[in-house]
Amino acid sequence: MLSGGDMLIRSLQEEGVDVVFGYPGGAALHIYDAIFRQDKVKHILVRHEQSATHAADGYARASGKVGTVLVTSGPGATNAITGIATAYMDSIPMVVISGQVPAEKIGEDAFQETDMVGVSRPIVKHSFLVQNASEIPEIIKKAYHIASTGRPGPVVVDVPKNTVNPAETFPFEYPKKLKMRSYTPATKGHSGQIKKAVSMLMQAKRPMIYAGGGVVLGEASDLLTELSQKLNFPVTNTLMGLGAYPGNDKQFVGMLGMHGTFEANTAMHHSDLILAVGARFDDRVTNTTSKFCPNAKIIHIDIDPASISKTITADVPIVGAVDSVLKDMLELVKESKETPDETALADWWKQINEWRERHGIYTQPRYNTEGDKIMPQDVIKTLYEVTNGDAIVTSDVGQHQMFAAQYYLFKSPRQWINSGGLGTMGFGLPAAMGAAFAVRDKDVVCVTGEGSIQMCIQELSTLTQYGIPVKIVCLNNQALGMVKQWQDMVYDSRYSEIHYEDSLPDFTKLMEAYGHVGIDVHKKEELREKLEEGFAMKDRVVFMNVYVDPSEHVYPMLVAPEGSMRDMWLSKTERT
Amino acid sequence: MRRIISVLMENEPGALSRVVGLFSQRGYNIETLTVAPTEDETLSRLTVTTVGDDHKIEQITKNLNKLIDVVKLVDLSEGQHIERELMLIKVKASGAQRAEIKRCVDIFRAQVIDVTSTVYTIQVAGTSDKLDAFVQAVGDAAILEVVRSGVSGISRGEKVLSI
Ligand SMILES: Cc1ncc(C[n+]2csc(CCOP(=O)(O)OP(=O)(O)O)c2C)c(N)n1
Ligand SMILES: [Mg+2]
Repeated sequence: MLSGGDMLIRSLQEEGVDVVFGYPGGAALHIYDAIFRQDKVKHILVRHEQSATHAADGYARASGKVGTVLVTSGPGATNAITGIATAYMDSIPMVVISGQVPAEKIGEDAFQETDMVGVSRPIVKHSFLVQNASEIPEIIKKAYHIASTGRPGPVVVDVPKNTVNPAETFPFEYPKKLKMRSYTPATKGHSGQIKKAVSMLMQAKRPMIYAGGGVVLGEASDLLTELSQKLNFPVTNTLMGLGAYPGNDKQFVGMLGMHGTFEANTAMHHSDLILAVGARFDDRVTNTTSKFCPNAKIIHIDIDPASISKTITADVPIVGAVDSVLKDMLELVKESKETPDETALADWWKQINEWRERHGIYTQPRYNTEGDKIMPQDVIKTLYEVTNGDAIVTSDVGQHQMFAAQYYLFKSPRQWINSGGLGTMGFGLPAAMGAAFAVRDKDVVCVTGEGSIQMCIQELSTLTQYGIPVKIVCLNNQALGMVKQWQDMVYDSRYSEIHYEDSLPDFTKLMEAYGHVGIDVHKKEELREKLEEGFAMKDRVVFMNVYVDPSEHVYPMLVAPEGSMRDMWLSKTERT
Repeated sequence: MRRIISVLMENEPGALSRVVGLFSQRGYNIETLTVAPTEDETLSRLTVTTVGDDHKIEQITKNLNKLIDVVKLVDLSEGQHIERELMLIKVKASGAQRAEIKRCVDIFRAQVIDVTSTVYTIQVAGTSDKLDAFVQAVGDAAILEVVRSGVSGISRGEKVLSI
């Protein structure tokens, strides 16, 4: 016989949960007592509930498993909201358990009462309010199932205090199977549609494979790579899809979209067939939808039917799990009597390579390498080399994020962890912490800005407590750089509220106060050496504070509004 | 175009708010909404009328289907269907007006369901258009109160929405 609280924790154990990120409080006290009386589920005490959600999110993105969060009611629950929204936008599997005031007090404006199910409703895949203790095992089972299957997403389980009362006990049995008549995510794609798609692939003259985060989430990178290479088609990844196709392969033309490469965006615009895989034609990719890829037919594979033909109409929609659909496609391609149009492809590659040579960011530096300032692009390139391209890289939001996305050539999925959909500053450090719990044998590095890092900087203390040696590389440009870039480009450099005057902390001293190491990098010549020094300290948290050229912009940049994908700024003065 | 979407969903707390929330969250509009449990008490039947082009309606049905509580749904306007709405309307009925109103009630096959010396309370059932027409026929000056149920609908013939 177990109490509701014990059943809750036992259920987490049954789900194979090894770590929970959380923060206690009144409504969650019974649950925390249940945590105390066991040792299978490890609890990590963060310093702010927002970080608990980002850490669970980073854990989920790095491992492919569901991240778990435990918070108390009221302020604990509302502090978790930003992280839930972040996970929702990027379809990250997460279960958030929130304490709630006792059922009989709900609706009375009780102390620390917030309608968590109501507040979180638009940013969750689903939510549960526990009514009776006896339902706890089944609800937990459902929560993990829903979070991790189909298009993944966060699930909230709100637990009124009376349902976890230690005085009331129940027989515990964890359900083996689930019956959910109203939830049946798509699996296999429609074979007729797949056949049709394959014959279109064989006829394409200027094809593009446009792969997004769905390939990472759907564990389909190997299949995508095999198919792309079998066809010899150019591949571009979205910001969320980086690593889904090896970034250092010659068929990879770089990221597309707002800050995508010239060759990826231009090739998309001129293509005659787009194979979209686990991508959602986000506005940061398409630019003006009415001008999007005017000559392209579109094959769209996604597990979520609502993502298909939402902003851009698909000619061949295929609803299904990306791995299953790509597998079927690959088989058909192998069996097919038809082969890709080699002459057309040779011409297409010639054209793409010419674009690469002309304005590509990988063929020659597209930034000033002459001056004595450290260029942010060089920091990422050096980071790539110092870490052998093997690190797990998390990022915050801003210019540094885009430089990391452009210049760190991610070789494998789950290596690049960023808040793509919501663009949450403050995500990077706690996400790195979560990733470090999932992956022990790799460097985990957070690329951040001096603005973003201060949004969840309190987690430096959590890193101390649990001895988690993440590395932090701060592209310190002394400003909210991305906002500054827009103010330069759109507001005649009227810098509204993007500087901190002289208020930035001495990061090195701050690190020392937390028991970590800080390294300042001022000079170009010392960049590599200092990064090497930082990464050599395997078991320490090291903050590498790199002073970069504060006037640098991220390019290419799509021209908006009204631009198509081929309309880009290539530097402060050049436009396509 | 106006559409009638009929939804079978789990009769669970919070299910209705998820449907309503979806509409406001995604900027879809709701013209009418009705909901009640069915003969199977674990299921509710919800009918919503909305307007939108084909693309919007496709997005609405896809997103409704994604809600975990939604078991099944049908866009009734895609096929032959019957729609009904119920209206309770209280009108001034004194003097010469009384006979006039009664005539209207007969023409529309409505029923007077409560009477005082100066007021009729009338029940009208039918399509929303018919209810609109009745309101117009009676005229603003006479109307004291209008209560409409919102649309319920069902497919014609053999077709059923069930699990
Ligand atoms: C929580 C949050 N608030 C505001 C923004 C808007 N925003 C986007 S980038 C940015 C500047 C980030 O500055 P910093 O972290 O220093 O990065 P930089 O662009 O300078 O590399 C801001 C304010 C955001 N994305 N997230
Ligand atoms: Mg900055």
